[in-house]
Formats: sequence, C-alpha cells, structure tokens
Amino acid sequence: MIGFGLIKGLAVTLKRFFQTYFVTNKLGSKHYYTEEGIESRYDPSTEGIFTVQYPEEKPMLPEEFRFVPFLLYEVNEQGDKEFRCTACGICAKVCPPQCIWIKRMTDPATGRPSPHPEEFTIDIDICMNCGYCAEYCPFDAIKMDHDYELSSYSRENSVVSMEQLGKPVDYYAKIRPDNYRREEEARAAKKQPAAS
Amino acid sequence: MSDEFTAPAGVQGEAEYLASSGTAETRQGYSGWIVPAEKIADVFEQLSQRFGYDFLSSLTAVDNFPEATLEVVYHVFKSIGGGPLELKVVVDRESPIVPSVTKIYKGAEFQEREVWDLFGVKFSGHPDLRRILLWEGFEGHPLRKDWKEPFYEEEAKPFKSRWPDGKAEPNESKNPFNDNVQYPPDFTPKNWTPPTEEALIDLMQPEAETEGLETGQLILNLGPQHPSTHGVFRMVAATEGEAIVSLKPVLGYLHRNHEKIGERNTFLQNMPYTDRLDYITSMSNNFGYAVAVEKLMGITPPERAEYLRVMMAELTRIASHIMANGFLLNDLGAYFTPSLYSLEERELILDVFEATAGSRMMCNYFRFGGVARDIPPETLKKVHSLVHDRLPRKIDELDRYLTDSEIVKVRTQCVGVVTDEQAINTSITGPVLRASGVPYDVRRADPYSIYERLEFDVITKMHGDVYDRYLVRLEEMRQSVRILKQVLDQMPDGPIMTGRPQYQVRVPAGEAYGRVEGPKGELGFYVVSDGKPNPKRYHVRSPSFVNLTGLEQMCLGMKIADAVTILGSLDIVLGEVDR
Repeated sequence: MIGFGLIKGLAVTLKRFFQTYFVTNKLGSKHYYTEEGIESRYDPSTEGIFTVQYPEEKPMLPEEFRFVPFLLYEVNEQGDKEFRCTACGICAKVCPPQCIWIKRMTDPATGRPSPHPEEFTIDIDICMNCGYCAEYCPFDAIKMDHDYELSSYSRENSVVSMEQLGKPVDYYAKIRPDNYRREEEARAAKKQPAAS
Repeated sequence: MSDEFTAPAGVQGEAEYLASSGTAETRQGYSGWIVPAEKIADVFEQLSQRFGYDFLSSLTAVDNFPEATLEVVYHVFKSIGGGPLELKVVVDRESPIVPSVTKIYKGAEFQEREVWDLFGVKFSGHPDLRRILLWEGFEGHPLRKDWKEPFYEEEAKPFKSRWPDGKAEPNESKNPFNDNVQYPPDFTPKNWTPPTEEALIDLMQPEAETEGLETGQLILNLGPQHPSTHGVFRMVAATEGEAIVSLKPVLGYLHRNHEKIGERNTFLQNMPYTDRLDYITSMSNNFGYAVAVEKLMGITPPERAEYLRVMMAELTRIASHIMANGFLLNDLGAYFTPSLYSLEERELILDVFEATAGSRMMCNYFRFGGVARDIPPETLKKVHSLVHDRLPRKIDELDRYLTDSEIVKVRTQCVGVVTDEQAINTSITGPVLRASGVPYDVRRADPYSIYERLEFDVITKMHGDVYDRYLVRLEEMRQSVRILKQVLDQMPDGPIMTGRPQYQVRVPAGEAYGRVEGPKGELGFYVVSDGKPNPKRYHVRSPSFVNLTGLEQMCLGMKIADAVTILGSLDIVLGEVDR
C-alpha cells in the first residue's frame, strides 16, 4: 500500500517525540543542570535528547581527554616553582606543527648548557592537540590539559610563555588520577634499585 | 585462494609478458616493473584485457630531485582480488610527457590531472588536462622537491630554530609574500584579476541545438558555498531544461598540499595529519597510514593492538555510514531529523574514542607497531553495551524509519545509476562500487590486519543507484556490528606495542603501498623512504577524490535535484578530496 512506509517512518519520529518527554520527566527537575542528569545523557541506554546545555552544563571529560599542553612544576620548601622540564627538546622535535620553542639555560659560571629551560613558549594557535609532547616526554614534565575554554580577544595572547604554561603537579593529579598514579609508581620503582 | 591460476603452456604468463616489455625494478626495497613511456598505454591495454588487471587503484609520481628524473607510479589490481601490480614510468624532469591511460582506465582522469597539477607531468591524449587542485595560472608544480611554499623554513622537520635556542615568533609577524613566493613572469599581484573559466565553459559548450526549438543550454553553478555540497565544492552543470547534459566538478577550495606537508614531516609526525584528511573517519586514516609504514618497516603489531585497531576501524565505519545515510536524507529535503538521529549514535561512538584516544575526531590513536594506549575497562564495557544492545537496535530503527519510505524510494531509485563495468573502470570503490554489484572489499580482496579470521559478508546490491548505496551502507553497519561482536569476544590481553615507543622511527629505504577499506572506499597510502627520518614521497589515494571521477557519468540525464542526491550518495568529505 502506498504511504504505508511513510507512516511507519512517522511512527518512529512520534515514538522518539514521546520518549524524549518521558525521559526528561523521569528525572524531573534533575534532568538538566545536575551531575546525575548529565551522566544519564552519556549512558548508552539513554533515549531522547542528549544535548548537553553548554555553557550552563559542562560535558563530562574522560581522563584521556587532551587539549593544549601545560608544564608541570613542583613547589619546593622555599615555595619556589621547580619545573620538571630539563630542556631536552624531545617535545620540540616531535611536535608535528612545530609550535614549541625552547631556550635552554646556560650555566653562568661555566658557560655550559644546564638542564633547565630558560624560555618555553607554545603558540597554541598552531598546536594541533595531538598529544605527542606529553606522550614522548621522558620526564613527565609536559602534559595535556583539560581546560578547553581558551578564547581571548587578541592573537598575541595565544603565544603562551613558561609562566602561563606552568601548573602544579597537584592539578595534574586531579585531572588525570590514573595516569598520575601509574607514573608515580614507575618513578618509585626506578628510584628504588638505585637506592639499594 | 590456494589454487593459483597458471597459464597453459605456450601462452605467455604475465611475468613473461612484463619482462618482454619492461624491466624489473632492482632497487633495494622497491618492487614492480619499469616500462618505457611510449609503451605504457599498450602494456595497460594488455594487462587489463589479457591478465585481468582491470582496476587502477593509484596513479601518482615521485620526484627524484636532484637527479633529473621523475617517476610516474601506477598500482593496478584485479577486481576479483589479489595483490598489486606496480608499474613505473621514468621520465625526464625537464619535459616529462607520458601517454595518458584514461582510455583504458577512466579512473585515471582525475589522478592524471592531479599529477599534472602537482608535478607538471604532461599526459598526452588526456581529454581535459587542466589543473585540478590549484587554479589555472598558478606558478610551479608544488610537489616537486625544489618548490618552496610560503613560510618555508627548512627542508624537513624538526626545525633547528625550535631548540635549543628557540625564540617564539608568531606567524603573523612574518611576511608570507617574501622571496620564496614565485610569480609568473608578467604577474603583479595588485593588478591581478582571477582568470575567467573559459576553458571549463568551452568544454561544456552545447552541441547543435534541437531543431526548430529555440532552446539553449544553461550553465549552472552549484556551490562552492551550498549546503548540498557537503563543504566547499563546486559543480558546474550544463542543463537542457532541467536535465543535466554535462557536469564538471571543480575542486581544490580546501587544498592545503597535505602531501608536501607530509614530506616535510617525520614519519611519526604525519599521523595526526592523516586525521585531518577525512575528519569523519580519522581512525581509518590512521589505520591506512600505519599499515603502509609498517609494511616498509617490516613490523607487525601485537595481537591486542590488532584487535583494538579493528575495533576502532569498525566503530568508525558505523559512525561514518550512519552519518552518510542521515545526511543523504538532508539532501533529499528531510531537513535534519534523520541526520540528527544518526548523529546521536555517532556521539556515543565518539565518546568511546574520546575516552580511549583522547580526542573525539582528531584521534591520533595509531602508532607504528601498535596503538597509543590501551582502552580503559569501563570504556570497553560501554563498547560492549553499544555493540550488543544499542547499535543494532538503532540501525534497525533507522531501517524502519527510512527504507520503506515512499518518498525516499521515489527520489533515490534509478537515480545515479552506474553499472559494474563502469564502476570498476572509473576506479570507484567502497559502498558505491558494491552497490553496483561488484563484491570488492579490500578487507576480503587483499586482507590486512586480522580481517582474514573474522566472519562477515561483503554486501552487494545489483542496481547501482542511490537507493542501493543507501542499503549497502545500512547492511554494512550490521556487518560491522557482527565484526565488533567477534572482536569483543576474542580480544586477548597483552601488550599494545611492539618494541619501545620511539619518537623517531627508523624506516629503511624502499617503497610501500598500504591500503585499507575505509568507510568511503579504498584508502591507500603510498610511502617512499630514502632512509632519512622524513618520507621522500607520501601520497594519499583518497577514495572521495577518486570516486568523484564518476560523478559526471552518474549525473548525465538526471535532474539538478538528483545531482544533489547523487553527490550525497557518494559521501565525499572535502578534507580528503582536496587534501
């Protein structure tokens, strides 16, 4: 019968329409703007609309989510920042769009290069968020961030210096707990044979 | 597969034939035959007629600068399956002329135009040898090794200015039009006006008009800015009334010389760039590139990595096909309801990619000899519930929703028909080829990775119209679900990389052509290494680009509205077409 296929199709849209209504009502006022509501919309069993109402709601980020890199520093007893970076240059070499510039520090006494960066600049306009710098850094000194809200009024702001790139290790432990734990274990294991 | 065809005594075998008309390649790491330029058309005539090499997969060139030669490289296959036969023509770099093979393989048409455009090889006898990706009047041929782009810094990455004395300099502050930009002799940028497209319009000019009736043909531009073209793509159609009598695609609006960038990059640095080819199916692109380079390096990834790769590739296929079907309905005028239904499923698949690879679209997940990281256990659970519950249900729902719809049928059946012979001859691949009744799927015809041990059917339909392409995509999604179920059952534990991850891989000199069955068709990567950290040649045989060769054929005699549908059924992605 002509028209039957069309009606069958329309039945699907109608079902969807009601499903959306019931799903939204199941959680009631908790459907939007609550963690529970957002989580329910990420579940494979969800039906109906699963739009996340950005910016009022923020999407859930998995641990591996990556956005432009940042530099890790530890705070020593004097309260100074100690960057983990040794200016070895692997990240600058592996970077596909070549958006990392590193100036290695020279020891003023000897004139020889010392394993610290004097300047570390990333042009985040060029960065393609591939994550190679974090992946191949042997010192866990550069990691990919979770902060994706980087808009600014001027392009000059997107050439980011070492000061702006630095973030404490605690922050890293917070955004990537599993990775942090794994890496700390590996570091501890590495240190142990040397001590014994 | 076991019983090889052997020629009866007295009949010349293919190796003998090739030995009589060319010489075997002797360089270390290379394979195939070198054929003199004047013989190449005859050789292909024979190969396609007598030996069944009826499918030209890739046609490209390699610049041997500073040596004074250029090589034109052909990869041909049999449409019944099997490995490649590689032929090369070596020509002089100053005035390279090669006979065109478009008469034997229509699929060479765009690829030869591309080689002319980017390498400056003239193909004698080509029906329409204009530039294809760049504009007429562009100076130079960019893929030649001595051509330098604006912002040129060094021959190869990593650039020395980045470390150890890196001083950031925003590109804004550099002048792009410096002494590295070449202009034609009598060209002043200030007085320049874009050339008219006389060559194109002449080509489409009408024949003698219908007697007695004062009708004329109308040249109509669709695009480049039009929602139906799926990006910046232009179709110039000559119409008689509402019927299309000639249609030429105009491409290159998104051209960024991906291959030149690739040759400046190191091998590993290329991986994230392949994501940006067909940005809907980045995992598949990663796969193709990894397969090609691994062939060259002679390594195989461990079991678990293979399973993870296939899992990702098949999830990508579902995401791409479901979107193609949804957006086909957009082109039919069912504005956004079906495509948003399909986008929902894609969202959930992208969530899996995000949790595993770190990014939704630009995954950059594959490495040479494995994958970047293992899949987290909770994500694997999510894949489980997607594969066993949600995706089959939703594919069925899409089926119920659209397949029987009379409007869909009226608009798509008998539209854009391409026969099996035409499809093979035009080098069309993927769902479009299989909708024409050719059971050709690289996963079966020339298996890679672990596809040999997975059970699935190669879906074919017989009519070769838009509706069949839709059906093939729908069925292929079901087959992908079937593959995914097996993959989830069989996935072993173990390492995900062979050897230690290295930031600079050692690739021995040689060449390799790796191809995978991408969702859009056969995705091939031709990589040549000369032992340096950067590839000497990196070529992408992109399915979207080659499939477009058949667009005119499909559109002839159809209405303008059908051209939109046909383009939608080809499922092109401009990032891959223009490269």
